[in-house]
Order: sequence, then C-alpha cells, then structure tokens
Amino acid sequence: MNLLRRHKPLLVLAAVLLLLPLVLPNNFYYDIAIRMAINAIIVLGLNLLIGFAGQISLGHAGFIGIGAYASAILPTHFGWHPLLAMLAGAAGASAVAAIVARPIFRLKGHYLAMATLGLGIIIAIVIKNEATYTGGPDGMAVPALGLMNFSINGEKQWYWVLAGLLLFSFWAARNLIDSPFGRALRALHGSEVASQVMGVDIVRYKVAIFILSAFFASLMGSVTAHYIGFVTPNIADFFHSIELVTMVVVGGMASIYGSLIGAVLLTALPQALSTFEGWETVVFGSILMFCMIFMPRGLVPTLAERFGGRGEDN
Amino acid sequence: MSQFLQFLFSGITVGATYALAALGFTLIYNASNVINFAQGEFIMLGGMLVFYFLQAGLPMPLAILLAIAIPAVVGVLLEKFTIEPARDADVVTLIIITIGASLVIRGLIQIWLGKGTHSYPAFSGSEPFLIGGATLLPQSLWVLGITALVVVALWYFFSRTLAGKAILATSCNPLAAQLVGINTQWVLLVSFALSAALGALGGVLLTPITLTSYDVGIMLGLKGFVAVVVGGLGSGLGAVVGGLLVGIIEAMAAGYISSAYKDAVPFILILVILFFLPRGIFGAKITERV
Repeated sequence: MNLLRRHKPLLVLAAVLLLLPLVLPNNFYYDIAIRMAINAIIVLGLNLLIGFAGQISLGHAGFIGIGAYASAILPTHFGWHPLLAMLAGAAGASAVAAIVARPIFRLKGHYLAMATLGLGIIIAIVIKNEATYTGGPDGMAVPALGLMNFSINGEKQWYWVLAGLLLFSFWAARNLIDSPFGRALRALHGSEVASQVMGVDIVRYKVAIFILSAFFASLMGSVTAHYIGFVTPNIADFFHSIELVTMVVVGGMASIYGSLIGAVLLTALPQALSTFEGWETVVFGSILMFCMIFMPRGLVPTLAERFGGRGEDN
Repeated sequence: MSQFLQFLFSGITVGATYALAALGFTLIYNASNVINFAQGEFIMLGGMLVFYFLQAGLPMPLAILLAIAIPAVVGVLLEKFTIEPARDADVVTLIIITIGASLVIRGLIQIWLGKGTHSYPAFSGSEPFLIGGATLLPQSLWVLGITALVVVALWYFFSRTLAGKAILATSCNPLAAQLVGINTQWVLLVSFALSAALGALGGVLLTPITLTSYDVGIMLGLKGFVAVVVGGLGSGLGAVVGGLLVGIIEAMAAGYISSAYKDAVPFILILVILFFLPRGIFGAKITERV
C-alpha cells in the first residue's frame, strides 16, 4: 500500500500513456504525442539544471544537435551501428559539456546565459558550415534505428518506445530529486554561499548536472533524428534552445510535473496556432509574455498554490 | 596592408553599430538589471522603418526622425507593460519576457512589411574614398561620425546634467535614489526610450551598407550583447570598446581565416574572454554579500 502511494504519480503517468492510444485518432496525433514525449524528456533534464540547480542554459539545442548529427553522420559516412553512433554522440556532447563546464560555472546570471548561448550558436554554425558531412543548411537523411533484423518503424512503434523512455526519465528525475544529489542541487539554488559553507562542493554539482542534462539532450537528439528520418541545422539553433527554456519556465521551474505540462502545452501550441496564418510568431510571443508576467513561477507551481492548498512539493 | 585597412574599415563600421546596441543594453541593464533580448529588434526597426517611410514618399530627414522616434515609443511601451509588472521576477523569467517581446515585434514587421530584403540609398552618395589602397564608403563615415557624436552626447548627459545623474544614481542604488527624490519610474522609462532610440539609430545608419530584413535583429542583438559582455556588463566605455573590438575581430577573421565562420567569431571570442576574464575587460570586481 505504501509502495503504491509512493509510486502513485508514476502509475498515473503510465496509465495516461497506456490509455492515450485509445483516443489518438490517426498518425498525425501520434506524431504530436511523440514530439511531446521527446520534448518532455529533454525538458526534465533541462529543468534539473535551470529549476533545481538554478543555472540557465541558452544553448541546449547545441547538445541536441550533436546527438542528432552523430546519429546521421556516423552510420552514413562511417558505417557505424546506429546504437553505437547514438552513444558516441551522447559521449561527445557530455565531453563538450565537461570541457566548458568548469570555466562556465564560475560565471553567474547573465554571463552564464551568454556563455551557454555562445556555445550553442557555435555548434549550430559548425553544423551549417561543414556541408561535406552534414549536408549544410539542407540537412541530411538519417538511417533507421534497429537491432539485428528488427527496426523501429511508423508512429505507433515509436510511440511505445517514447512512452517507455518518458516513464523511465520521469522515474529517474523523481528519484534524483529525492537523493542527496538532488538535495545538494536544491540547496545551491537556495543559496550558493550557504550550501558551500555546509560543505557542498557547488562547482562539482553544477558541472555534474550540466553534463547529465547534455547527455540526455544528445540522446533525445539522436532519437528525434531517427524518428523523423531527416535532420536539418534548425535542430541546433538558438530558437530551439529558447523553446526548451520556455517549456521549463512556463511549466514551472523546479517542478517535475511542470516540465511535463510545459512540454505538452508548448509542443501543442504551434499546431493550435497554425490556424492564425502568419500571426503564429506574434501570438506565440504574446503568450510567452503573458505567462511570464502573470505567472512568473510557471503554471504548475502557481496553480498548485492557488488550488492545491498544500501545494506541490516537487 | 591595403587588405588589412579594408578589413579594419568594415570592422569599425559594423563595430560602431554593435557599440550603439551595446550602449542600449548597458543603459537598460544599469537602470533595471534586465538584459533586454529585444534590443536587436530596435536595430531592425530603425532600418525597416526608414525604408517604409521613404517608400511612402517622405523626405529622408523626416523618415529617419520617425524611424528613431517610433522604436523609442515601442521601448517605453515595452517597459510599461511587460517589464514593470514583472519587476521582481527571476533573471530567466525577465529574459523570456524580452524574448517574447522580440518575437512579437519581429512577427508584426514580417506581417506588415513582408519577408523581403530591403535597403535605401546612402546618405551622401556611394562613391568610395581611396585610402592607402583600401576603399571607404561615405556611409561608413556617417556611421562613425554619428556614433562618436552620440558617445560624446551620452557622456555629457550622464556627467553634466541633472537628469543623467539621476539615472546613474538609480542604477547605483534605486532605493537611495528614491529617497533623495528621484522619480525612478521615470528613469526606467527614459532608459528604455533612449536605449531603443540608440539601437534604431544604429539600424538607420548601417542599413545602406548591409541591407535589412525582418529577421536581422536576432544576430545583431546577440552580437551587441557579446560586445557588452566583452567590455564588462554595466560599463559605458566598455560597451563602446567592446562593440568596436567585436566588429574589428569579426571582420579580420572573416577576411583572413574563413568568411563562412564570420558569425561564429564573436561567440568564440566571448567564450575565450569569459574563461580568462569572467567580468569582461572593464567590468567591476564584485564581492557577493550574503
């Protein structure tokens, strides 16, 4: 009974994911659900960095780009197995994150924003320019992801793959927050100096969470590339980074449920806005501003406070 | 040598625009601690509005005046309706608000004036001067001359006038400024108006050389932000030096190394600088108080 209660959120999410296919009328809706799941996983990782550790990253799409292009380039040009390529991409993204992390995390606030933004833009420009391997601005095809003779095909199969990944990430993120590591992260968001005084090695934790979120972003970049079967430099550009940060902030910083809600809403938004014909950017920008002005802490924490009474603890 | 001069000329010209954008960032940052990611859109507005008003048949001076005045009004509206209601929000939240604003401005211009690339004639002909084997466009002299004038005017404003000193006082300590009777509300509005006008002026001056379209604001704004950080956040002198430095290094790298990587240069520069001088070249040393 206790176990059931402890895992209630996880079971609820599993039930939603299981029942969702019953109401998805066709592949178009499957596609949206898949994109929501991909974004949700990335945003869970990014929220650990921004929400819990309080470190902004405006260049996360760069890591997604590394993963996506590793999965495109290594099998196509060098004959690697896609799974190996995916791991290599994630390792590469983690390595880049690790190299820049130490100097970057001496910085704070706007300087940190600038450094991560610069890193992301540099990665995007490299992808755009190295056309021999990346196909330049036109992008390139990505081979199917498979093991032995079986390969993942079609929206329905991909849906179950991503449902599984999302459940795992949700479980992992919740566990991480309740671990000593998670407590250290929250402490350093509260007050860096205080946590340092209490013996938390703040730089080590910031670096660790940055590398972890880069690793996940790269993996999901690979998954996105294999799912769509084609990749363009847009996946790594500044606007994509902003979209992801927006999902974190609109859903609610330092809120696991917020990450899910933010990803779901902002993935659906462009679809909903396509009826506005040409006004999408204006409406999207206005919604961003309104959300942030009237709910600066994000949807989930604000609503939880208003209606939940006892509030949401994570 | 002539090649070097050529790159230097084009670097200083673009750098002057970055400097104007950087001064805009600095003004707003000092008055409100906000980094305004919509700063680049003011540069775009400047160029696009001059183009529009010239098409509508207005004489050049009037078109320029309107193209600077309208963004200033937009800046005031931005402060009044988006920054002010969210005064105490997080850095990330404020950044997202200004990004939202920049999307709205860019989207409206795209609907109104289309996706095309536009330009208009230079202010005083396009017959280039020959200096040491390199060519210098008359428009570059306009850019440099007016930027220099603006810098001197700003210096005078901030060090010799009561209004300027009130703004400086507010940026040092808003509460203390309020206590000695400075209307800090007004300071914020003036800072946003001035900052938008500076950005727009940069766009007005640069467009005959580099062309403009609804989406040029992002890159120009980001490079202006790089210039700010290179010089050190909050320092006016730093903003100007940073802008010129970013422009020159970008032009040199484009000329001597690779023009394909031109846009990456400012960002590589900023990473290198932040690694070795975390507070920029002219940034103040700050000790955090708990």
